[in-house]
Amino acid sequence: MLKLSLAKLNDLFAAVSAGCTLYLPVDDPSSGRANYRKWTEGAELSRALNTVRSAKDFFFPQTENLVDFKMKGKEIEIIDPRSEQEDFVVFGVRACDARSFSILDRVFLTEPADTYYQSRREHGIVVTMACTRPEETCFCQSFGIDPTHPEGDVSCWMDEENLYLSVNTEKGKKFAELAGGLLEEGGEDAVKAQQEDVSALMKKLPLANFSTGKFGGDVLMKAFDSPKWKELSESCLGCGTCTFVCPTCQCYDIRDFDTGNGVTRFRCWDSCMYSDFTLMASGNPRTSQLERFRQRFMHKLVYFPANNDGIYGCVGCGRCLSKCPISMNIVKVAKSLEGEL
Amino acid sequence: MQEVILAKAKELLQNSTVNRVLGWKTGEFAYDVTPAVFESAEELDQGFVANDFCGNNLSKYLIKESRKPGKVLVFLKPCDTYSFNQLIKEHRIVRENVYAVGIPCDGKTDGEALKSKGIKGITGITSDGDNFVVETLYGKETVAKKDVLPERCLNCKSKKHVAYDELIGEEGEVLDSHRFDMVAKLEAMTPDERFEFWRGELSRCIRCNACRNVCPACSCEKCVFDNNASGIAQKAAADSFEENMFHIIRAFHVAGRCTDCGECSRVCPQHIPLHLLNRKFIKDIDTFYGDYQAGADTDSRAPLTNFTEGDVEPSIVYEREGN
Repeated sequence: MLKLSLAKLNDLFAAVSAGCTLYLPVDDPSSGRANYRKWTEGAELSRALNTVRSAKDFFFPQTENLVDFKMKGKEIEIIDPRSEQEDFVVFGVRACDARSFSILDRVFLTEPADTYYQSRREHGIVVTMACTRPEETCFCQSFGIDPTHPEGDVSCWMDEENLYLSVNTEKGKKFAELAGGLLEEGGEDAVKAQQEDVSALMKKLPLANFSTGKFGGDVLMKAFDSPKWKELSESCLGCGTCTFVCPTCQCYDIRDFDTGNGVTRFRCWDSCMYSDFTLMASGNPRTSQLERFRQRFMHKLVYFPANNDGIYGCVGCGRCLSKCPISMNIVKVAKSLEGEL
Repeated sequence: MQEVILAKAKELLQNSTVNRVLGWKTGEFAYDVTPAVFESAEELDQGFVANDFCGNNLSKYLIKESRKPGKVLVFLKPCDTYSFNQLIKEHRIVRENVYAVGIPCDGKTDGEALKSKGIKGITGITSDGDNFVVETLYGKETVAKKDVLPERCLNCKSKKHVAYDELIGEEGEVLDSHRFDMVAKLEAMTPDERFEFWRGELSRCIRCNACRNVCPACSCEKCVFDNNASGIAQKAAADSFEENMFHIIRAFHVAGRCTDCGECSRVCPQHIPLHLLNRKFIKDIDTFYGDYQAGADTDSRAPLTNFTEGDVEPSIVYEREGN
């Protein structure tokens, strides 16, 4: 265990930043909400529990160019638009978001691996931060995530005086090296005490006993045919808020942009809530909002675990609980359906 | 008030005035209500709620609900009645299939507003007159309601219901609000400052389309931005200036029809003050074509589709130096 006085936090960021790009949660001055941004002198680490946008953006950005086609007479030149990926640090990732990476890995790193994602994963150093003040919307523990002991290349804990760091991987060592002489040994007791306090708190959360355990591939048809979907989806606006703030939603669309003398092929996040999702030459198999809504939750609670060793497509970060314009979310859906399974 | 509204819903179901009720349903916590349709007194007893957190404007749901068989009861707050009227004017709601009950409103808030005041881990909320008493995982907090009201309620334009079949409580008045003050501030900025302000705000957009989908004025069957045959369908947040144009184009599209219900800003996950774009149009329309409030009635001619000799000339742009 290493530690650093909070008074030297800015020095740590400056030192790391001198070696590679550093991103961290910062409060937006206008909205007052936290989002990740690149550290520059003066940027202060947000004390918010979590960011509006999740940390998946670093590995699976909302939009990225995949390939350029340039026309020169009858020749078509194919250009890979990627520049060499450099190492970068994402600091302050919560345990829920940290777990989401392993869920995304199952999608993007299964052969044939998505090299765009793969390259960013290889170069991204994830420094996580243990939670101290969980919210009522939190239910990461339902998925076996311990917010007092977050995964990551480096795990951190913070109290009023110090930042404590545990280096877990080779990549984590690089972070510690960048920090140089700023870090000193110690802090085990302080971390242990905090972990005990927060663990006791976790048991008191309103969703402490929430479980998705009844879901999975075995209940596919029962869940799919449930009459509950009608009332659950009735007031869904069909917007993409839940999917875009979700750390595990990974669907995307690939489109061509006409540049005038060629084509830029890009991909962007898609949302199963959108009317043209799954639109194909033969038409669209899902024509109602009920079907689109059902798809989102079936994917997370049934299809994904069926294909991924029982792992659910949710980490309990609670973003959809607080952001959905009509306050409909995976907890309400799972609680409503489970009685029928 | 909850009891009176609930009793009214049951009564109208019971005497067959309506077949179903469009209202708000309780959630997992004290604040996360969901718009819902209730078909029986039992369903109403199980989940119907009408409290300080029922902010959702239910008018837009009537586009679909009023096309179903039978009659639907809807509860409308004063500002919702303007959207309701506007949708009737645009022939989007089948009026005879709706029974509208106006309900009083002292402003509606949400969980996010409480959290922005540092109140975290909310496990229960009770209302104590002018205050909320909030039970949290970290102790009890008391907060004044007026301190957690959204901008649209602090600058409420009207406590008057402009359309209803029946009214619960006393009728209110159209208010002399300060809702254009921030627009005036933006107008007073230099073009560069204003550009910076909007780039800053709109740069947070994640293009989730919540603002569009919740908007009662955005009722096209197929939005041009979702139509792949339109040539301008845009799903990617490809370039931030392009994103900014999406919001400006949308504001143009609802100009003269936007009632200023404020749902766009309420639902924005990034808290972009989108209502300011619409208010700029409302303010300009008031200035150029005479005071006009969309949704105030169902039969007046809309300023942008009506020609009068007193209409402003396009050259006004030069006189106003681009503002």
